[in-house]
Amino acid sequence: MIRFEQVSVRYDGTDRPTLSGVDLAVPEGELVLLVGPSGVGKSTLLGTVSGLVPHFTGGVLSGRVTVGGRDTRTHKPRELADLVGTVGQDPLAHFVTDTVEDELAYGMESLGLAPDVMRRRVEETLDLLGLAELRDRPIATLSGGQQQRVAIGSVLTPHPKVLVLDEPTSALDPAAAEEVLAVLQRLVHDLGTTVLMAEHRLERVVQYADQVVLLPAPGAAPVMGAPAEIMAISPVRPPVAELGLLAGWDPLPLSVRDARRGAGELRARLATAEPPAPPGAPANVSVAPPETSVDVDVNVDVNPSVAPAPVSTGPRPGRIARLLGRKGSAEAAPAPATDPVTRVESLSVRRGRIEALRRVTLTVAPGETVALMGRNGAGKSTLLGALVGMVEPTSGSVRVGGLAPARTDPRTMIRRVGLVPQEPRDLLYADTVAAECAAADRDAGAAEGTCRALVSELLPGVEDATHPRDLSEGQRLALALALVLTARPPLLLLDEPTRGLDYAAKGRLVGVLRSLAAEGHAIVLATHDVELAAELAHRVVILADGEVVADGLTGRVVVSSPAFAPQTAKILAPQEWLTVSQVRGALEAGA
Amino acid sequence: MTRSPGAARLLRRALHAPEAGRSNALPAGAWWLWALGLATAASRTTNPLLLGLLVGVAGYVVAARRTDAPWARSYGAFIKLGLFVVALRLLFSVFLGSQIPGSHTVLTLPEVPLPDWAQGVRIGGRVTAEQLVFSLYDGMKLAALLICVGAANSLANPARLLKSLPGALYEVGVAVVVAMTFAPNMVADVVRLRTARRLRGRPTGGVKAVAQIGLPVLEGALERSVAVAASMDARGYGRTAQVPPAVRHTTNVLTLGGLLGVCAGTYGLLAAQGAVYGLPVLLAGLVAAMAGLRLGGRRSVRTRYRPDRWGVRAWLVAGSGAVVAAAMIRAGSVDPEALHPGVVPLTAPVLPLWPAAAVLVGLLPALVAPVPPSARRFEEHDRRSDDHRGKEQA
Repeated sequence: MIRFEQVSVRYDGTDRPTLSGVDLAVPEGELVLLVGPSGVGKSTLLGTVSGLVPHFTGGVLSGRVTVGGRDTRTHKPRELADLVGTVGQDPLAHFVTDTVEDELAYGMESLGLAPDVMRRRVEETLDLLGLAELRDRPIATLSGGQQQRVAIGSVLTPHPKVLVLDEPTSALDPAAAEEVLAVLQRLVHDLGTTVLMAEHRLERVVQYADQVVLLPAPGAAPVMGAPAEIMAISPVRPPVAELGLLAGWDPLPLSVRDARRGAGELRARLATAEPPAPPGAPANVSVAPPETSVDVDVNVDVNPSVAPAPVSTGPRPGRIARLLGRKGSAEAAPAPATDPVTRVESLSVRRGRIEALRRVTLTVAPGETVALMGRNGAGKSTLLGALVGMVEPTSGSVRVGGLAPARTDPRTMIRRVGLVPQEPRDLLYADTVAAECAAADRDAGAAEGTCRALVSELLPGVEDATHPRDLSEGQRLALALALVLTARPPLLLLDEPTRGLDYAAKGRLVGVLRSLAAEGHAIVLATHDVELAAELAHRVVILADGEVVADGLTGRVVVSSPAFAPQTAKILAPQEWLTVSQVRGALEAGA
Repeated sequence: MTRSPGAARLLRRALHAPEAGRSNALPAGAWWLWALGLATAASRTTNPLLLGLLVGVAGYVVAARRTDAPWARSYGAFIKLGLFVVALRLLFSVFLGSQIPGSHTVLTLPEVPLPDWAQGVRIGGRVTAEQLVFSLYDGMKLAALLICVGAANSLANPARLLKSLPGALYEVGVAVVVAMTFAPNMVADVVRLRTARRLRGRPTGGVKAVAQIGLPVLEGALERSVAVAASMDARGYGRTAQVPPAVRHTTNVLTLGGLLGVCAGTYGLLAAQGAVYGLPVLLAGLVAAMAGLRLGGRRSVRTRYRPDRWGVRAWLVAGSGAVVAAAMIRAGSVDPEALHPGVVPLTAPVLPLWPAAAVLVGLLPALVAPVPPSARRFEEHDRRSDDHRGKEQA
């Protein structure tokens, strides 16, 4: 269906081609997944199929891409519109009209289909994607998953033979992602649509793929093959494949179901090992005052018994020793204050008629990492906003380091709490990294060079003159994190930090956040990424409709939940293992 | 009670408006005709009772038939604008004086002495009751006009209005629709970036803040427009049909010639001596330009999905506005004193009965236009689908 013949793409002003030596054929009716680290040209490869590369983006394409027999070099994107449907990373940037029904009809109107055909196809598509109840709704009022489904629906109505999707589930909560993937499954199975999709969150999609195309490095030739084969050699792989490699399963499992079938032996080996503990649970959680909510009390009861566990199961003893050594001093410092950094008590926030938060109570102690989870719109970002002072509480109180954030001068507040927003770019104003750092030092009143030292530590090899816009997602996140850390806030908040990060960037982020927690920073992350929460968080707080519905140790909360359990937990249930690294540690300790 | 019970039931059923949906939505043009009718009526009178009645009629219909869409919330803004106009008109009258002779002095402001060449201009001085009442009536007229336009704006979907443009102007319509969706996005960007400044420990207000976030906001808007352009291109925007050269040339000639004709005709109408040929040239120009646009539409291969239909209800809505306007114009020639209550000497305005009754015809849309589904229904939908999802997870 899609054929690449010796395709390479080079953009103006770059010294090496972004893509080269692409020689592939995608057969009709397959779901093909495109994987690889950030910045290897996945989006460019997708763009060549719809003709947007090079017709829209510029650059030089050599070789030949044909879709259904049409050469994309001689056909403009608009002349391929009846054959290829494209959905980009941000569904909001895709919409041309304002209501769901008009959006579904837009592509067909442009192609000049007859009114009765349009009407029939819109009705069919509304049913196919489960959008019938939303047909008259303004698009701006839909949730992320609904918008993504409308975007897919809007390119489906002209009945394209090929669907090209760039990260369709990255911004979605687990349940919404499943909605979208179910739709894609249905298209491939029932309608024979060819789907080519790029995605970072492999744990969600790899089990549905018929074939996987791996772009191993920028400019390197792609490798195509069966998912299990490619996952064995890929630098990026989901936890289920990681666990399979660790346990030496053959063929490599791609879904939780496959893995569970072969996991009996591994479970037996692990049964004798220590039950896993949350990574590096801080010993000083017990300073939580007695008047906090019941949920936190449970936490206090449980913690002392599991706190020593990481020593026996931790992956790298040297690091843990350092971590504990540091903690000794961290524990000594806040002890006389007997005051956890942050206390939120029966906080309610109203926006217009919407109650974004209702009687939320939360305590975060120094050195503790808390993951906030819940579906899109559950109030996670609002809670972070209240902690940092961007959102004024309607009732209840927020105390960060003893201050009410919304009523304190921002200049004082940044030394108490720092937030890395969902879009790290919002924090960047200057046009070079050096200027950004100098501004951060001034804002924080820190010694000159403080920020630059942090940047070099978190983001080695970035030059002073680099424009922040030229950084990759992961690098930009690291820069924003450095800017926030310049003021040394004891409480660090991150909103959706792994959006758009590949596994390597995520791994680096996990390392950085762990060592910050070890230094005594309290960290609160709002995230959809269950694997990240399992790696990092001591505690998980689940929000739904603005209320706290669960608050407890990561293992307790996450293992029992079908939506929030990480893959390792699902595979090894009822044992409470959360991450592959825990399992690896236990196996090494046992060996 | 002259009608048979059967006919009464039929009438009631016909008047009982259905719930609005895509298939029975009133064309945006019908709402605009209705509102322009009311506005025309408002422009013909300074009687505060009639003006109040007109505003009340428009407000009632808006309250009864507006949706929850973003543009529907603009009505309040138009009312505020109207009140502002009245206040401004009064303020000017107090400080700058007025030509209205009056004998009831309300207060005397200190007058600013002006040189001879500024004769006829006055700042401060005597303020009379007559002059205040006159400016109040005048301001109310303007405010009523604005509020009628606001009513159309909040009842009619602007995107649909643009959709009814002829095919050749389609590209312009799309550009406007995209721009309209951009404005709220940009406002959201500004708010987000302003609050993000707080995270760097900088004050969120002030000129400096605005200057610093200006560039990122523009950058964001630019990136978004490039993304939308890419999406439109990939979805077939701008596909054109092959048109024979003869048709293309005819289109150009007709459009250009028609526009020239319109210009010449308008000039003729306005100039003193050209009134004879003015009107025919204007009409001929209009016809030629319309034909050119229609021919130009052939280049586009687009079709339209579910265009709004002019049904009986649309005619009733548009017609009710026309009736109000016609009645008021007629009343203006029959009974001008009732429509323009005197200010010198001051008299209490009276409500002329039959023009007032005619204004009430403007309430017809509140009966016949389809009822928009309530917001509560949407919330129920959401809750239901959330429950559903919860069950699936459990």
